[in-house]
Amino acid sequence: MSAVLFFIAAAGTLAGAIGVITLKDPFYAVLALVGHLVSLAVLFLLLHAEFIAAAQVVIYAGAVMVLYVFVVSYIGGQNLSSGQGPGRAGRFGAFACAGALVIELFIAVLGSGLRSIGTIGARVAVGFGSPEAIGSLLLTKFLVPFEIASYLLLLAAVGAVTLARRRGGLDDRGDGTPTISVMDFMRPRPFGTGTMAEGFGHGEALSAAQSERRQERES
Amino acid sequence: MTIAWYLAVSAVIFAIGAGGVLVRRNPLVVLLCLELMLNAANLALVGFSRMWGNGQGQVFALIVLVVAACEVTVGLGVIVAMHRLRLPSDVDTMRELQG
Repeated sequence: MSAVLFFIAAAGTLAGAIGVITLKDPFYAVLALVGHLVSLAVLFLLLHAEFIAAAQVVIYAGAVMVLYVFVVSYIGGQNLSSGQGPGRAGRFGAFACAGALVIELFIAVLGSGLRSIGTIGARVAVGFGSPEAIGSLLLTKFLVPFEIASYLLLLAAVGAVTLARRRGGLDDRGDGTPTISVMDFMRPRPFGTGTMAEGFGHGEALSAAQSERRQERES
Repeated sequence: MTIAWYLAVSAVIFAIGAGGVLVRRNPLVVLLCLELMLNAANLALVGFSRMWGNGQGQVFALIVLVVAACEVTVGLGVIVAMHRLRLPSDVDTMRELQG
């Protein structure tokens, strides 16, 4: 039973992976990756990694893929440049590299001399891979990596907002080259910058209201 | 199934991802291929964790998941900024990291 499930899930992961690199439309590539991730979660379940499987489905197939879908629908999937892809020689070279990598990894893994690689794994306790086991490991032995991961997530969120925000920061310095500098974060910005109201074109109205208020205060 | 089967699947997924990075030129799809490679590494980590009967490999896989999420967030931010600046979404023409 587990062998049948393994082959179905492995075929799903490989089909999803091939779909990601062959489908032309990035939207379909994202959907293929979702299929790949769900099949991979089944493989994790077969390896007694219940918590990782659940996190995979929730974080990846849920949150990250929604982010991808939003970005694909925002920038439009088809705005590829008119240039050609890698030529026939480049494509052949890439697949030759990938094939060489497969052979190398097979030699490295299967010829590693690890004796228990041909077994189904060590005998494990009942709670192996459960949220309880992973949580106790994260909060005792791996507390420092856990905290570093939380800081990393915070930094990534701030960085993504800084990179992708709507206005401000990217000043045109007269020669048509948009630039960004540290000082842009220090200057006071008009009221409503970076809000949804500005996104819908009401930012100027907001700043106009603010300047009116300031004039009233001065007079 | 033995652990070797899982490791073999992981190796093939990693190579597919690497080939995709080399072949595709849309930065979005290149990011997707990076995801494939990270997932292959995760599968190998969880497989080895099962082999030793030890949960530490699963914690490592969880941290890899976090790093992958960060990479996706920043990468998609860069792609959106490129789109704002009307740059072509083509990794071959993006040769300079300026502006």
